[in-house]
Formats: sequence, structure tokens, C-alpha cells
Amino acid sequence: MPEPHVPQEAIGHGDGGTAALAIGEAESLARAPGAGPPPPGGEPTGKPRSLWSDAWHDLRRNPVFVVSALVIVFLVVIAIWPQLIATGNPYRADLSKAQQGAAPGHPFGYDTQGRDVYTRVVYGARASITVGTCATAGVALLGSLLGGLAGFFGGWSDTLLSRLADVFFGIPVLLGGLVFLSVVTSTTVWPVVGFIVLLGWPQIARIARGSVVTAKQNDYVQAARALGAGNGRMLLRHIAPNAVAPVIVVATIALGTYIALEATLSYLGAGLKPPTVSWGIDISAASTHIRNAPHMLLWPAGALSITVLAFIMLGDAVRDALDPKLR
Amino acid sequence: MRPAVCAKWAGCAAAVALVATGCGGGTAGPGGSAVVSASWGDPQNPLEPANTNEVQGGKVLEMLLRGLKRYDPETGAAKNVLAEKIETTDAQHYTVTLKRGWSFSDGEKVTAKSFVDAWNYGALLDNKQKNAPFFQYIDGFDKVHPDNGKPTAKTLSGLKVKDDHTFDVTLNQKFSSWPDTLGYSAFMPLPQAFFRDHAGWLKRPVGNGPYLVDSYTKGSVLKMRKWKRYPGPDPAQNGGIDLRVYTDSETAYTDLQAGNLDLVDDIPASQLKNVRSDLGDRYLNQPAGIIQTLTFPMYDAHWGKPGMERVRRGLSMAIDREQITKEIFQHTRTPATDWTSPVLGEKGGFKEGLCGDACVFDPAKARQLIKDGGGLPGGRMTITYNADTGSHKDWVDAVCNSINKTLGNDKACVGNPVGTFADFRNQISARQLTGPFRAGWQMDYPLIQNFLQPLYYTNASSNDGKFSNPDFDKLVNQANAAPDTRQAVAKFQDAERILAREMPSIPLWYQNGSGGYSDRISNVRLNPFSVPVYNEITVG
Amino acid sequence: MGRYVIRRLLQMIPVFIGSTFLIFLMVYALGDPVAAMFGDRAPDPATAAQIRHDLYLDQPLWKQYPHYMGQIFQGNFGTAFNGQPVTELMRTAFPVTLRLTIVAIVLETVVGVALGVFSGLRRGRSIDTTVLVLTLVVVSVPTFVSGYLLQFVFGVKWEWAAPTVAIEAPLGQLLLPGLVLALVSLAYVTRLTRTSIAENARADYVRTAVAKGLPRHRVITRHLLRNSLIPVVTFIGTDIGALMGGAIVTERIFNIHGVGYQLYQGILRQNSPTVVGFVTILVLVFLIANLLVDLLYAVLDPRIRYA
Repeated sequence: MPEPHVPQEAIGHGDGGTAALAIGEAESLARAPGAGPPPPGGEPTGKPRSLWSDAWHDLRRNPVFVVSALVIVFLVVIAIWPQLIATGNPYRADLSKAQQGAAPGHPFGYDTQGRDVYTRVVYGARASITVGTCATAGVALLGSLLGGLAGFFGGWSDTLLSRLADVFFGIPVLLGGLVFLSVVTSTTVWPVVGFIVLLGWPQIARIARGSVVTAKQNDYVQAARALGAGNGRMLLRHIAPNAVAPVIVVATIALGTYIALEATLSYLGAGLKPPTVSWGIDISAASTHIRNAPHMLLWPAGALSITVLAFIMLGDAVRDALDPKLR
Repeated sequence: MRPAVCAKWAGCAAAVALVATGCGGGTAGPGGSAVVSASWGDPQNPLEPANTNEVQGGKVLEMLLRGLKRYDPETGAAKNVLAEKIETTDAQHYTVTLKRGWSFSDGEKVTAKSFVDAWNYGALLDNKQKNAPFFQYIDGFDKVHPDNGKPTAKTLSGLKVKDDHTFDVTLNQKFSSWPDTLGYSAFMPLPQAFFRDHAGWLKRPVGNGPYLVDSYTKGSVLKMRKWKRYPGPDPAQNGGIDLRVYTDSETAYTDLQAGNLDLVDDIPASQLKNVRSDLGDRYLNQPAGIIQTLTFPMYDAHWGKPGMERVRRGLSMAIDREQITKEIFQHTRTPATDWTSPVLGEKGGFKEGLCGDACVFDPAKARQLIKDGGGLPGGRMTITYNADTGSHKDWVDAVCNSINKTLGNDKACVGNPVGTFADFRNQISARQLTGPFRAGWQMDYPLIQNFLQPLYYTNASSNDGKFSNPDFDKLVNQANAAPDTRQAVAKFQDAERILAREMPSIPLWYQNGSGGYSDRISNVRLNPFSVPVYNEITVG
Repeated sequence: MGRYVIRRLLQMIPVFIGSTFLIFLMVYALGDPVAAMFGDRAPDPATAAQIRHDLYLDQPLWKQYPHYMGQIFQGNFGTAFNGQPVTELMRTAFPVTLRLTIVAIVLETVVGVALGVFSGLRRGRSIDTTVLVLTLVVVSVPTFVSGYLLQFVFGVKWEWAAPTVAIEAPLGQLLLPGLVLALVSLAYVTRLTRTSIAENARADYVRTAVAKGLPRHRVITRHLLRNSLIPVVTFIGTDIGALMGGAIVTERIFNIHGVGYQLYQGILRQNSPTVVGFVTILVLVFLIANLLVDLLYAVLDPRIRYA
């Protein structure tokens, strides 16, 4: 394990650069030029505000955040009450209409079984968003907790956790999926979520560990330590906000890949099981019919893309808001 | 093979390089050699004849070996090849006389010993041959292949070499159609090289068929070449066959379209809509000896109890076979109306409509029958299938939707995919399934007996649903002892009528063999086992 | 440094044992492979029992695992069910997959870092948005969809590339499958680079470098890129193992006879010698890649020293 030996004279780069940035057009990036750098610890004088309330203050004014948050709220609402915007029945099949294109009342056409694609896309949101968000939340929590602790404390616990991550990392996802999900017979989404968390956490753990190791070296952390801050306070107030950015970036992309992974598992017969309706099941069923019925693939895949876009944008905005260097 | 130029590419951006190579040309090698490339699957077992129980290994053996009999590629009738005559007076003691002039490609003569040694090898438990049960009717099988413990004999006492061209076979029971089973690959002769240098033979098998093995890269490609001195009546009409391994029939089909492959013998379900426009008349779709059924777990307390036959018959009537074979299979399946296959022919025992009303779609009657029988156990059912091969999902979902529509309940029937075929088979043999499961039966030899006895006779080897009916068993016994085919067929059909009444498995459809080929080759057809007749293919 | 490497190498032993045991357990949990060897037919009990005995499958798990590992340490990886030694399968499969992985890694690194740098330096501009949308589309399309799609479009429709890969797997034919394999990771690399670059672009040392009057490309390559690559290197390092073992879908679509193909066959047939043998090697590759990544940290960030 790395036991970093940081020379005291190392250039710190955590002291919040706010002056004009010199590279190319980079100036435009700083949205609040001129704001004073927060003193180490991020507690400005005057009305004491925590980093998190600062972030919230910023976020409310960020149009990217507002739009992506609205999209996500919309998706969550239809995931809970799909009948709000779809009156049809996602199971009703009329085989004589198999793979036909759009028709009045059926804007997205029909799938191989003659089911209405629009209704299935709406109803599929529930399972897919549950898998995506719950698996990402689980992976991010478990991964950053274990990775963060390993990076912060170093030594023995770092070795143990890093090697444990290696053990899980070594398992091919497909093998794990086929085994894990063939042993479990439940038709709910939870086995799939559990499986993704089980195999996904090492990725976040490594990234979290890496950024904690980096953040730990920063001057302000050293300063806080010199001032006698406890481990818990150091982790929560000083290191976590600085280490969370890569985790959020990877987690928001991972959210998309997890929904896609659910599709791949369905393609291999080990994903969600009917009668569950999910984008993954429909995308995998449509994949071999690209030539004859592209609409079967287009709509669920499009819904998936919009969901992923919203989460990535949201993650970006949150990350920016949490980064004290951007103030 | 692709032209060599495709292997080269300049170090530039990906897309440019792809353009520059301009691949996708024909498959003609240098000088337009007349070799045909065909799709293949990696055989599961070593290529020993008595160990090959699936169609991929069977393709090779069909090219490599010739036995006493061969099933006619057109009619499926068992015709003598190496056998001069097979004589019996009592349907239990047979004398086999071989034709002269046959030899293996390494020069060794094919003699009575070639057969007797091969069969003894196949039957002996120590050799772990998966087709060993095919020798179970030969006297002494229980000694070389006991159910428990070690074998007490090395050879079958029922086999005796009389001279180079004659041997005697004694069966342990009367079996009048036994000679007709001898076209199966387990009964092929083997050269002494097989026993002398077993590993060497497996690397490069030697046989007596129209082709010899040129090279075998396991898991990738098997190159068969014409054996120029083949003495049989059906020599190869092409220079050879390259069997190339594909794991995905979609990929093989794509390769055929791109001109990288000459012959595919499995058109993926999703391409069936395009196949006519892609291939025109180079598309094969002809009946094969395969029937698809939904088998009920008769061992299950709910499905097997008396009175449930009404529910089982009702379910059969709830399935709109016409529409599913049209929309899902594009007419590469034919709705089934009995439990055999059209390739048997009327004389062989195929009888259209034997199933009666129970195989005709009739939602109103179906609802009534299911209601009368007490409804589905617990109000719902699953159809179990394996998801790794054969694109079963589409039709299972369609069958379920048909049942659900009939019952007016969206969730009454759902498909239950199992990840691997191995797991699927294990769940069946462990009797873990509590609902109907998919079953596909490909005949070993074109006899009605092969469609009924192994599947529905009490405790028969492939009776997965554990159906048991004393009347059925009695009729099968009578049929096997019948003096001639006509009477045997009549008895078998009587037995089949019991299936129509009890419905231990729902006949869904007869599967056709499907295939497609490039414009480089012609004279392509499939035999009743849906295997291409390789030796007849001509190039150019 | 030397001591550090030795310590890491020693730590690999428990990880190796842990992973192989986990894999062994998983294949074991899949159940009895013998039934599937008989196809749709129920197995003949006597033959099945004989096969189980010869494959050591009639022993309990706690006996099977040490027996298997004992054989591995003697260089005997067992025999696949079709009678081929697993080492022979490895000899043919690993070079093919290695080539495919290299193609994929090169594509994802070159394209991913380039796109990441461009969009990181032009955050909020239209090029940034375009790249964002592109990577997003790529992330949200599962490999089997992009695989079939690109294969059909490039291989059949436009005939730009061979739709499948020949047995010899020449590099040129691996471009298309390599691209498909790299797509999802490409998005990660782009996003990570972009974030890192955008963050470091505001760092003091970059300002200092610019103030010193260094040319722009030198600032980017020497100062900015070098410091921004740590998370990217971490990701690519962990990705190598995943790419080598995770090409199952790609290798299937393009008919590449590599590791993914053998693993897929092994899993379908529940063939533990093949699966455990291949995964064992993959775990080793993965562990070594991890070690190299950690060593690279020290190269990229001089503040990190290994004692």
C-alpha cells in the first residue's frame, strides 16, 4: 500500500484559486470570480454557513441543476404512478400487430409480442430507475465508506480493504451474474441490486481511496490536524468534500451503466424476470430486431439515455457546488 | 478465407483504416478452390461416435464415417450401406453380412471386427460413452455396463465375429425394427488406429466416409477434405468443407450476408423476416424430425392429480399455434396435431389431427375446461426455458400471452428463464420444476417408436415429466412385438391417443430445418435430421 | 520501493487464494455439469456416475478445492469437457484477447483523454456539451446493442470492415470489436479526464507555469495533464482486468475465440476446470495491473513516495 511521504514544501493545490485562470478560455469556468477563498475549514466569517448549505445556495441558482432535478422528479413520479401518463396495459398483447410501427393511440408502435411500446416504456421506468438508483446509492455508500476509511487510516486496514476489493474485482461480472441470479428465484429487483452492489463497490472504493489519499496531503488538512482536529471532523469537514468529486462523477456514469448492465443480464437470461417490466428487458429483446423494428429499441434506449443524462448533469452540478475551489 | 489484404492496415484513425481495408469480399481462396465454408458449433464431447449425442458432432461423423445403414437424405428410410444383408428369423438373433471393398482412409480394411470392437468400446462403462444405452438391447449389456459397481465383462456376449465379413448379434429381447436403428452414429465402425493411438485419433480422426480430416483446431475450425479414393456410392461433389465454430447464430448469419461464409444451418429467429429478401431462393426451410412440446411435471402433486387432464387439455386449446408460428417463427414451424413428425410420413406413423380438438385453438372451450378442472394451481403458472440457446424467449412469451388472453388475466402465465442449459437440465432431473417446461425432441432415427417410447413410457430415459400410464406401456410393448410395420404403427398410434386424452405434454409445433447459403454453392439441402447433406453440395 | 513491491507481491497470495476459492465456489454452486453433457436426454446413471468420479466431482467441496489447487501448482489446469487440456485453450485464447484488450485500451486512452482534455478546457462550451451527449449515449447503450448495430452497419451495410474476426485475429479486424469493447470505458475516461483537467486548470502551479511564459501546449502536457491523469490511470489500470474478462459479449458477437468466448462456453457448460483456470489467470493479470497502477502514482505525483 502506498505510504505517501509528502515533503512539507510540496505545492499545495487545495487553497482555492480564484484569480483569473490563465489557460485558454478557462476564465469563463469560474462562475464566481472574485469571491474570497474560504479559510481552511471552509467557515467564512460573518454568518456561519456550512459547506453543504453553501452548496445548496449555489445549486438553487444553477439552471443545469434545476432542469436535471425536474427531469428526475418527473421520472420518479412516473415510476411511482405510471398510470398518470399511460392509460394502457403493459401486458396486453395482440400478436397480430407484432413489430408494427406507430399507429393512432400507439405513438411508439408495437413490440414482438404486439404490446404497446409507449406503455411499456412508461411502466419500465419503475424497475430500471429502482435498479439504477438503489444500486448506485449502495455502491457509492459502501465503496466510499470502505475506500475512504482505507485511504484515511492507511496501514493495516488499508491493506485489508484494498485486498478484499481485489478479491471481488477479480470475478467476471457475467459469471457472477449467472451464478448469483440463477440461485435466487425472486422476481423482484432486489437480487439484481444486491448483485451490482456486491461486485460494484470495489470500483468506487479504489477511486475514493485514491482521492482521500490525495486530499489528505493538502495543506489545509495538515493545518487542521496541527490545530488538533479529530479524525471524524477531519474526514467529514475537510477531506470528504474534497474527495467526493471523483466519486460523484464515476457514480453518476455508473448509474447509467448499471441500468445498461441490467439489460445485459436480461440478454443473458439472468437479469430481471417477467412479469417485471423494465427498459433492460425490452432493450435486450429488441437488440436482435434492429433491422426490422428499430422503434422497439429506440424508445426504451432513449428513455434510458434521458435518465442517465439527467443524473450525470445533476452529479456535475452537485460536484461543482461542493468544490470550494470554484467559489 | 478472406483476401490477405484485409489483414493489413495503416496506422491511421480507426474509421479510415476500416475504409482502407475494404473487407467483406468473397470467400474464394487462391485459385478458387472448391472448398465450402459452413457454420458449426463447438461439439460438447470428444468426437468419438458413441460419445456424440448432439447435432454439431453429428455433422462431422456424417461426413467422416459410414455404417451398416444410412438414413436416406430425402425420405429418411434406413438403407444398407456397408451391410450386404442383415438377416433374422426370430427378431432376436441377427446375422450381419458386410459388403466387400470398403476401407478406412488410412488403408485398413473395414471388417466385422471394425464393428464389433467399436460397439464393445461404446458399451463398456469404463469408456464413459454417452451413447452407451444404444447398445442396451444387445445381450450382455448388463455385464459391461452395470447400473452400479464395476463391469464384470469387457465385451458384449451378444456380439460374435464369424469371419472378416460376417458377425452375429444376439439381442436380449425381440426387437423387429432393430436393424433400422443402425444408421445412428453410435453404430459406426472404427479403425484399429482408434484403439492403438486414441489421443492421436481424437486429434485427427480417421474414418471410412467421403471426407477425411485435414486439420482440426479445436474450438475454431475443422477442415474436412474430399477423400479421393472413397469407395462408396455417395462421394463428395466438392473439394472439402471447412466447419467454422460460431457461438452466436446471429453472427454466422451476418457472415453469410457479408460473403464470408457459404452455409448456415440455423437462421436466427430475429432474421426470419429478412431471410427471403436477403437470400431469395438460397433459403432452406424444410421439415425435420423435431417436435417442440410443453411438458407438464406429472410428478407434481398439483399438475399430476386426477382431473387435471382437463386443465392440461384446456391450456393446449388456449394456445394460438397458427398465429405464433406465423408471427414469431415466420412459418418455420408447423402447428403440431400429433406427437410425432411429418418426416415419418403416413406409413411411418405420422397422423395429422390425431390430437383432435385438444390441439385446436378455442378460447371459449379452453376457459371452460380449465375452470372445470379446478383452474391453474394457485391461479398461475410458469413456463421454464433455458435462455442461453435457441431464442426461446419470444415464443414462450407468446404462448403465455395467448394463455393470459384466453383466461383474461395478465399475470396468469409468465416465462421463467434459466441462465444455462446445464442448470435447466439439472432442475428437470432433480424434479424441481413445479410448472410446465419447454422440451424439444430431435429424433435419433426416423421411427414412430423413437417419438413415443423414450418420452412417455414409464421410467423411460427421457420421460422428464414422469408420465406413467399402464395402458400406454402395454400398447407400446405390443407395438414392439408386432410382426410388421403396419401393425406396429397402428398400436403406437393407439398409444398416442392416450396422450391426447391425458395431455402429459402439449404438442406445440413441428420444427423445420432452416438454412441459407451463398451464391457460390448450389445443390444444398437438409436431411430429416436438419443436417446439411454436405457431400452433395457443388461449388460454382 | 523494492520492499514495497515485495510486500505487495506477498499480499497477492491471500487475494489469489480468496478469488480462486470464490470462483470455485460459484461454479460449484451452479450445480452438476454432468446432466447437460447428455443433451435433452436424461443421463444414463452408470455413465454419469463414472464421469463424476473421474472428474473428482463426487467429492465434497472442501476436498475438491485443495485437490484442484494442488494440480494447478503442478501446472496442470485440468481438461475441458471436450477432452482438450485447459492450458491448450489458454495458449490459443489469451494472445487473441490480449490483442483485443490492447486495441481497446489504446482507443479508450487516446480518444478518451483527448476528448476529456478538450471538453475540460472548454467547459460549458458547445464542444463540451457535444462530448457530454456523445459519451452519454454511449454509456446508455448496452454493449450487445452497440455491438450488433456497429457490426451490421460497418460489416454488412457499408462493408467497411469484416463483420467477424478470423481465427488468427489480425489486428486490423480487431479494430471494430475493440471499439465496441472500449465504448463504455471510453465514456468513463473522458468524464474523469474532463473533471480532473477542469479542476487542475485553476491550480496555482498551472498559473505559475503560464506566468513563467511557458507555451500553452507545454503547460497542458507537462503540468496539467500529468497532474490530472492520476484518477484516469487508476481507472484504466482496474479496467484492464475487466476488459480481458469482460469481453464475453463482444467476443460472442464478433466470433472472436478468446478468453471471453472460452469463459462463456465454460459457464454455459458449467465446466469448472476451464472457468476456474481462466479466471485464475485473469485474477493474476488484474493484481499485477493494480500494482503497476500504484507504482505509476509515484511517477505521476512526485509527492507520493513508497517506503
